[in-house]
Amino acid sequence: MLRNIRASFSQIPLIGWLLGALTAVALDLYVGTSLALTLGLPKIPVLFGFVIMLKKPVMIPGAILYVLLIYVLPAVVITWSTIPLTNRLAATLFRLPMVIAVAIYLALLYAILHLWAGLSAYRDLVLRLTLIAIIITLSLNVINGYMGEFSCSHPGFMALGAYCASVFTVGLLVNDRLFGAAFLPPALGPFLFPIALIMGGLVASLGALIVAIPSFRTRGDYLAIISLAFLFIVKSLLENLEFVRGPRGLSGQPDWAGLPTVFLWTVICIWSINNFVRSTIGKALNAVRDNEMAANAMTVNTRRTKMVAFLFAAFWAGVGGGLFAHVLRYVNPSTFGIQKLAEILAMVYFGGLNSVYGSIVGAVSISLLGEALRPLEIFKWIIIPLLLILVMIYRPTGLIAFKELDVTNLLQPKRNPGGKA
Amino acid sequence: MVLFFQNFINALQWGSFYALIALGYSMVYSILMLFNFAHGDIFMVGSYIGFGISVALIAVASSGILAMPNWLILVLTILISMFLTSFVGIIVERVGYRPLRNAPRASAAITGLMIGIILETGNLALLGARRVSFPSLIETVTYNVGGVFVTNKKIMIVLVSLLLTLALHQFVRRTKWGMAMRAMAFDFAVVPLMGVPLNTMAALTFAIGSALAAVAGILFGVAYPVLDPYMGILIGWKAFVAAILGGRGSVLGATLAGFLLGFTEIFVATIFPSTLRDLIAYSIILLILTFRPHGFFGEPYSARLRL
Repeated sequence: MLRNIRASFSQIPLIGWLLGALTAVALDLYVGTSLALTLGLPKIPVLFGFVIMLKKPVMIPGAILYVLLIYVLPAVVITWSTIPLTNRLAATLFRLPMVIAVAIYLALLYAILHLWAGLSAYRDLVLRLTLIAIIITLSLNVINGYMGEFSCSHPGFMALGAYCASVFTVGLLVNDRLFGAAFLPPALGPFLFPIALIMGGLVASLGALIVAIPSFRTRGDYLAIISLAFLFIVKSLLENLEFVRGPRGLSGQPDWAGLPTVFLWTVICIWSINNFVRSTIGKALNAVRDNEMAANAMTVNTRRTKMVAFLFAAFWAGVGGGLFAHVLRYVNPSTFGIQKLAEILAMVYFGGLNSVYGSIVGAVSISLLGEALRPLEIFKWIIIPLLLILVMIYRPTGLIAFKELDVTNLLQPKRNPGGKA
Repeated sequence: MVLFFQNFINALQWGSFYALIALGYSMVYSILMLFNFAHGDIFMVGSYIGFGISVALIAVASSGILAMPNWLILVLTILISMFLTSFVGIIVERVGYRPLRNAPRASAAITGLMIGIILETGNLALLGARRVSFPSLIETVTYNVGGVFVTNKKIMIVLVSLLLTLALHQFVRRTKWGMAMRAMAFDFAVVPLMGVPLNTMAALTFAIGSALAAVAGILFGVAYPVLDPYMGILIGWKAFVAAILGGRGSVLGATLAGFLLGFTEIFVATIFPSTLRDLIAYSIILLILTFRPHGFFGEPYSARLRL
């Protein structure tokens, strides 16, 4: 019986899941509050009821019931009952040009996230930070997973991007105590914001040269140290630059990194990194990881490959850092320290090496877990590490390692309209 | 010149902490080809164990059950903490490293990092967020040698760390266990086939490394008597840098690099504003590693066949 259920669920195409989720989110929006009050909850459980369950154990049945009634039941019923319909829809979409089909899917996904996050400012913030975590994790996976180095410099790249983008926006576009009056009209701001992010990314790539060039001559532990030294240097440099207020941090970033912007950048990041790792140079990266000498003999230009990978990964880390600064609207050097490093590494290795899926899963699960367990206070930092140790012991390369993200496969209808699976 | 010698003494003291901790990294590395990223936190745990034992011993001594002079309390504290902390190291090895013996190396690095976080948080949960101050067991006596101020604590710290380094060196060179370690460092795959027990050796290196970290922790408590749960993070990572800089798996290299790191940090802080300490010290290390990527005593790495 279990197998039957599983078989019928495997026939649900992606669009079915998306429609189910949309229904659940719409229910959350329209009947959520009244249902929550009926069940004796003070308000809609913001994070699938985790927070409320841990804070007030009395509310556990109510919260579970809420999650079942609003999310699980409608989503499952809708997706399951509309299998023929959604498969036909998926087939129609599949025949469209890829760009249009993907755009429709993404629009649907955005609508779900928008409705879900629209209900509370807290959800919105968590969602944006999670999306940024995906960017950062994915870009670190290019170095640590696909290239097989152990780079510790990612918070440094993030810091460079964050500070550069912040200086650009705060200095040029906003009236600020530190940098004086706005240089350009603030109305231009949202249009110039992408330029700020790209500049942040480019500065981070420039910083990555410091790590990339020694990587020609050394690997493994020594490179780890070089990247760690780079992290210390960047942090110390920022603490000493009075021009960005040193250890007191830089604040006053304009609020331009809303959900649409962050979502768009995350999509661009996933798209470009996925294409990068599936390209010739991405395969060359794997070759360098597995055996540098053999790769060299097979005409792979190892230096160029390493250089491109480092600069590319650092670019995205810088963009992620820029977004991060504009979401929190405050950065200080100590944000980008060893603890941030441990967090990013945890996301990469939890999700899975050498896999775009893995990075997405790792970033989302670690960030949501971190938020959901917040009421446990410091015990959160015992549970999450324990979980990670268990994952490492039973699946040493992470949950979903070495799996390609193939969009064609993802969008395919899962059952032919004729009924053949 | 006086200033130079004054800083020389300070750097010797600061370097001894790095050297003692770096030895632990290096020992583990030579056997398992892995770094124990929880080592900085084992240093912290050692320091807290030392704190607990010294407080307990002082209570025993002052209650009159067993009168002990303070120096004896310190010696006993060091010995008992070394013994107890070595078990922490063995547990870390058993939980975080033994199940991952055949896994990718980075996975073991992650478990090490996570065990470190658990140790920090566990300490925070047990003892609360307040800082504790290490009891002062010996009176500070300051000697004035031609304008240079030397305290008895500094002399003790430097002497103890040098003594332990020498003892470890002799242990590795002269004893049967040391020979097994060197053999294991030479060939990780074949030597266990010759009857050297891999798991015992790994546990032994973790135990020795942790015992040294405990000494470093107590000496740190003697010199800077405020302990907090996060004290091991930064010093641990810096000692890790020293261990790599010395060349992996080299006792002598790790000690030298530990002192070198101490000297760089102290002298940079004297010559430049002290806020620039990390910036300049790590730029120097980056430069050294750029031109000598395998550290002082390590094997060079080559991507090309050497014929």
